[in-house]
Amino acid sequence: MTIKQISIFIENKSGTLLKVLNVLKEANIQIIASTISDTVEYGIYRIICDKPTEASNLLKQNGISSITNDVFAIELDDTPGQAATAIQNFSEAGINISYMYSFLVGCKGILIMRTNDTDKTQEIIKLKKMKTYDLA
Amino acid sequence: MDDKSPYLHPEFETLSREDIQKLQLQRLQATVKHCMNSPFYKKRFEECGLKPEDIKTLDDLRKIPFTTKQDLRDTYPFGIASVPLRQCVRLHSSSGTTGNPTVILHTQKDLDEWANQVARNLWMVGLRPDDVFQNSSGYGMFTGGLGFQYGAEKLGMLTVPAAAGNSLRQIKFIKDFGTTAIHAVPSYVTRLYEVMQEQGVDPRRDTKLKVLAIGAEPHSEEQRKRIENMMGVKAYNSFGMSEMCGPGVGFECKEQNGLHFWEDYYIVEIVDPETLEPVPEGEIGELVLTTLNREAMPLLRYRTRDLTRVLGHSCPCGRNHVRLDRMRGRSDDMMVLRGVNIFPIQIEKILMQFPELANNYLITLTTDEDNDNMTVEVELEDMFTDDYARLQRLNKDVTRALKDEILLTPHVKLVAKGTLPVSEGKAVRVVDKRKVYQ
Repeated sequence: MTIKQISIFIENKSGTLLKVLNVLKEANIQIIASTISDTVEYGIYRIICDKPTEASNLLKQNGISSITNDVFAIELDDTPGQAATAIQNFSEAGINISYMYSFLVGCKGILIMRTNDTDKTQEIIKLKKMKTYDLA
Repeated sequence: MDDKSPYLHPEFETLSREDIQKLQLQRLQATVKHCMNSPFYKKRFEECGLKPEDIKTLDDLRKIPFTTKQDLRDTYPFGIASVPLRQCVRLHSSSGTTGNPTVILHTQKDLDEWANQVARNLWMVGLRPDDVFQNSSGYGMFTGGLGFQYGAEKLGMLTVPAAAGNSLRQIKFIKDFGTTAIHAVPSYVTRLYEVMQEQGVDPRRDTKLKVLAIGAEPHSEEQRKRIENMMGVKAYNSFGMSEMCGPGVGFECKEQNGLHFWEDYYIVEIVDPETLEPVPEGEIGELVLTTLNREAMPLLRYRTRDLTRVLGHSCPCGRNHVRLDRMRGRSDDMMVLRGVNIFPIQIEKILMQFPELANNYLITLTTDEDNDNMTVEVELEDMFTDDYARLQRLNKDVTRALKDEILLTPHVKLVAKGTLPVSEGKAVRVVDKRKVYQ
């Protein structure tokens, strides 16, 4: 139901993102999805990759602060209106989404999201028989 | 006193060098003798086998050990006093929160003499009893408030204790009361001008201002000129420190060529902060002051930690009291920002209370549009959240905690671990990019 996401503290100056990417590149780690928010001084670079544990260790060895979390990964058909339907389920249950981003795997859309109530979110996913995505 | 006289105390202000030194020796001997009533100085003299009678010439001053801020802290609160507490009528205390604060005691005579010095300064720059003096300086423990209040009253001016802040009200006072002189820290004058502009008030057209007294915050010649151009009046540099009394210790005359330090009140020494030996005349060193006219708490050879140099002893204004350059920096790590004294250790203490933060930090001081600002960069110990809002909250919490400690709001910037200079040995903790000391 959830997958590992690595969040990295990124200062808003040139070269910091590249340093992170180079560490992952050296270890042949593939980034499946990523997002970075635009902020004045610093932001959080969030990535989903194929080898999260290895990536996290490598970042640490290279002095880069990161945290690994479980985030929800909802699988949707790649057709119009799917996201609206999915989100409506959470909305009706009073769940608030902290952040969300999406990517495509084959012809499936994947919604990565973090909510203010993990237990309730799990409940809704089960109740509404929503499909979730797993890396393996 | 005749309003036309350029001197409020001609008998002291116009003394020749020789007479100044005669008076100084006489007062030094009396001060040293009086200091034997202070448990601190009595012990200190005994420790180095010195007796008051050993001070036969002004040069003998150098036999006396220095007094430091640490001595004031160690004897907190009343251990240096040379009179019983019942003779004291006022206490001022430093804002510093590094260890014990410093306490300065005053007798009624001390307060009178303090007011005399301030009055002398204000008279020197042309203020007379007809003037209206608005003191836009912090009151309370900060000596710039009561110090200027009593001095301006002593001179006979209508004195408005406006205190700092509330610029709209300040401007209303300036207009309604016909304020002719203001005392404030330089950055506050700039602020006042900004608000005047917003309100469509032209200080040249709409006010009767003629004199500004600025001090308690380091500022450059360039900054002074800007302030003068903005407000259309002369701005005079004031030097004071609570350990000596407060404002009044040194002030510029109309020549604006260095601060006259009143040598009937103080003996001025400039020493090398490393060797503690006198520097050749004209070279920059640490200012050391000995009080000559104080009852409650005379201080002998007090290390001010301010760096300056002697500019000369004579002046076209007719005063022969030593002229010192504006302060050029500090021989310790104290920062002076908008009139507030801040030590890096205060910042460090607060930062270390946050487990989310690492040990490395960097304080940068800048002047942005005439305002002094502080940026505190601090490393994150670890990435503890994937939630941006939590990082922002940490940022806010750190800012608030720092504000509570140093009374100013710094700009706090979180940075990734390993990006700041490492804290070993003499890590650079403070970068002062202000134009003041250049």
